Amino acid sequence: MGPITLLGAIDPGLVTFLSPEIASRMQFGWTISVHIIFASLSIGLAPFIIYFTWKDVRTNEQRYARLRSFWVKVFAAGFVMGTVTGIPMSFQFGTNFPQFAEVAGELIGGPLAFEAKMAFFLEAVFLGVLLYGRDRVEDRTYVISSVLVGFGAWLSGFWILIVNAWMQTPRGYEMVTRNGMEVAKLTDPFAAFLTPRMPWMYVHMMNASVISVALLVAGVSAYIVWKKPDTEAWNTALKLAVVLLIISAPFQAVHGDAYGRHVEDTQPQKFAAMEAHYETGEADLHLLAFPKSPEALTDPRAENLVTVSLPAVGSFLASGGDFDAEVIGLNEYEENPPVALVFWSFRFMVGLGFLFIGLALWGGYLMYRGRLSDSTRYLKAMIAASPFGYAALLTGWYVTEIGRQPWVIQGELKTSEAVSSTLTGAEATLTLVGFVVLYVGLMLTALYILKWLVREELRSLGVRESSGGRWHGPIPWVSSDD
Amino acid sequence: MTDPLLPVDAYLVESLPEIWFGAVLFALGMYVVLDGFDFGIGMLYATRTDERERETFLAAFGPVWDANEVWVVAFGTMLLAAFPRVYSRLLADNYLLALGFVLALVFRGLGPELREQRDDERWKRYTDYAFIGGSVFAPLLLGMLAGRWLFGGATLPVALTGVGLVAVSIVTGAAFLAAKTEPGLASELRAYGIGATLAYLGGVVVLLGTVVLTDAGGAADAVLSLPVAAVVALSVAVGLGGSVLARRGQYRAWLASALSLPTLLTILVAILLYPTIYPPTGLLVREAVVSPLALNLVTVLGFPVLLLVLWYFKFLYGVFSGPIEGEGYGG
Repeated sequence: MGPITLLGAIDPGLVTFLSPEIASRMQFGWTISVHIIFASLSIGLAPFIIYFTWKDVRTNEQRYARLRSFWVKVFAAGFVMGTVTGIPMSFQFGTNFPQFAEVAGELIGGPLAFEAKMAFFLEAVFLGVLLYGRDRVEDRTYVISSVLVGFGAWLSGFWILIVNAWMQTPRGYEMVTRNGMEVAKLTDPFAAFLTPRMPWMYVHMMNASVISVALLVAGVSAYIVWKKPDTEAWNTALKLAVVLLIISAPFQAVHGDAYGRHVEDTQPQKFAAMEAHYETGEADLHLLAFPKSPEALTDPRAENLVTVSLPAVGSFLASGGDFDAEVIGLNEYEENPPVALVFWSFRFMVGLGFLFIGLALWGGYLMYRGRLSDSTRYLKAMIAASPFGYAALLTGWYVTEIGRQPWVIQGELKTSEAVSSTLTGAEATLTLVGFVVLYVGLMLTALYILKWLVREELRSLGVRESSGGRWHGPIPWVSSDD
Repeated sequence: MTDPLLPVDAYLVESLPEIWFGAVLFALGMYVVLDGFDFGIGMLYATRTDERERETFLAAFGPVWDANEVWVVAFGTMLLAAFPRVYSRLLADNYLLALGFVLALVFRGLGPELREQRDDERWKRYTDYAFIGGSVFAPLLLGMLAGRWLFGGATLPVALTGVGLVAVSIVTGAAFLAAKTEPGLASELRAYGIGATLAYLGGVVVLLGTVVLTDAGGAADAVLSLPVAAVVALSVAVGLGGSVLARRGQYRAWLASALSLPTLLTILVAILLYPTIYPPTGLLVREAVVSPLALNLVTVLGFPVLLLVLWYFKFLYGVFSGPIEGEGYGG
């Protein structure tokens, strides 16, 4: 007699549960949202960790030792969070979507196993050395360990995105019957691993991680520099993060534009949802879109929006140069993804992307004038912007994942067919609640850890907590409440 | 397009499906052995009240537990890669157990990580609860999952498998710590280790006896076989021999024998399963395995990497060998 029957015994009518499919989708969406934040933190921090470790060992300068020690602690906390959120995910294919695991097992099992064996082990083993082995291994081994940890993080993303890209643009398989079930049989490993989507997704995701972490590093550095302007270490970190942002933010826009054309070629339904484009034909590009009524938030048809649009530019972008090109509309399909979520997520992501370019250019200008650390306005802007990289990354992920619904494997298997047939609404709902509560706690803890680390860093720099006044910023971890 | 490097319609070697059955259980065994002593450390941690001793325990497993834990992901993904039907049925049929296990791992992992972040008594107490609770429930639920895999829904054998994994984790945890700490602490720990060894051996005998009497999961015949008898006899010999070594203070030798207990347990699981791989459905290894090209590919790409991984572990344990220097969990 589990908790479910207990609840039912009190009053069955009081307890209503979500359907297994909806609860499973929410559970997977929620866990991956949290996991992806920590996974991309590892990916984006990797270049910083390697650089600081290398400079520390080579130059013996105190500022690099300080930066290395601080960011390795953040990396370690993020890695633990990434691991504890990633392990449930590796089992959720089986617990919640066993039909998907069985149909796609032959195609996705290999890459997932390679991820564990080639990447995850590498990261976990050498992180142990990086965290605890400073006095136990030679300098060179220590630097190599940092490189291997970073390499592991980037390789991990590679194998995971092979799986995801295959689900978006599946190739290299045929459907066969095994044990009374239609399953995908691997016929061509090269086609299956290097699907058309793979290079697009990998570049976009890795760069998004770099942008997110550059903003985070810039935000933390700006905060510390703002509190203690003459710190050599954190001025270095700030400069480095802004330089990285100047490279990565504009690149993401250029790359994203071409990526969009690829999506239109391979997943026209997703592209139509991104643009709320219902009627097949010439498409406008909505640069800005505001809802006229609350309903337009959930059904963003062009007529329900006040838009600033470039006529026919949607066609131009989708086709790569033809203003009259026909763009397939959502009305062509029987079942569509939740258009509003995809449409607004896409706008949110792109909007933030342009904000990042603006911040990068502003920082570049200040750096050119040699006033990067003196501009309080810029420091405050960077502090405020520090969580936005993750907001863009998550909304971008929603465009990709919600945009391909109703398919879990594009054109082959619907999400509704992938869900466990033995799962009850009660089990799925209760575990969903469990995951939500636990992971909210986990994210709050991660923010607190960052806050404690920053505070400790300030203390060791000799900044007294009362000095410099209180920060009434928009982000909780920088407000010093106690 | 066909891949000229790999046979498409035939396994690289005839027995490749059986080799993969072995490989998947090898990954499970590595997990049960390596993270097993981490769980044991977590449970023995509950017996310590002295702050310095607690920190010694955390320092003992700090550099390695993260890497140890990856073996469970290796096991899950290798099972998915080679036997997707088993992966999906095992996890879907045991939904709450499987998610309970991974949630216990979340708590076990977070506890020590968070503990050092804040110098506050109450904070430390809560993170310790998470660490200890996770260390108890993770092996218990994993053992029960293995019990369900072997014996289906039979309650007593499933529960005993869970308890057995808890007991064997305490044995390995105690032996690992004894080999790395000062003599006073080590002799306290060996008492727990010897007690857990006797409990474990008794539990295995009761478990197998129950299975024979009730024919739980139709496994009675499999239990009454020569290989099972040999593994059980060997476990008893190793367990008792290890306890004698522990009494004599030969902790490194005790550790070696203690680590062979979960190894033998995994071999027992393999014997009880084979030639079926998912007894509740009667599915055989050969029926559940993926097609030749896919299996050949994961073999050619995966096995050399597996050897490399074993080399990493040798390196890692080499770097952190010897007695704990009390550097603390935070490094």
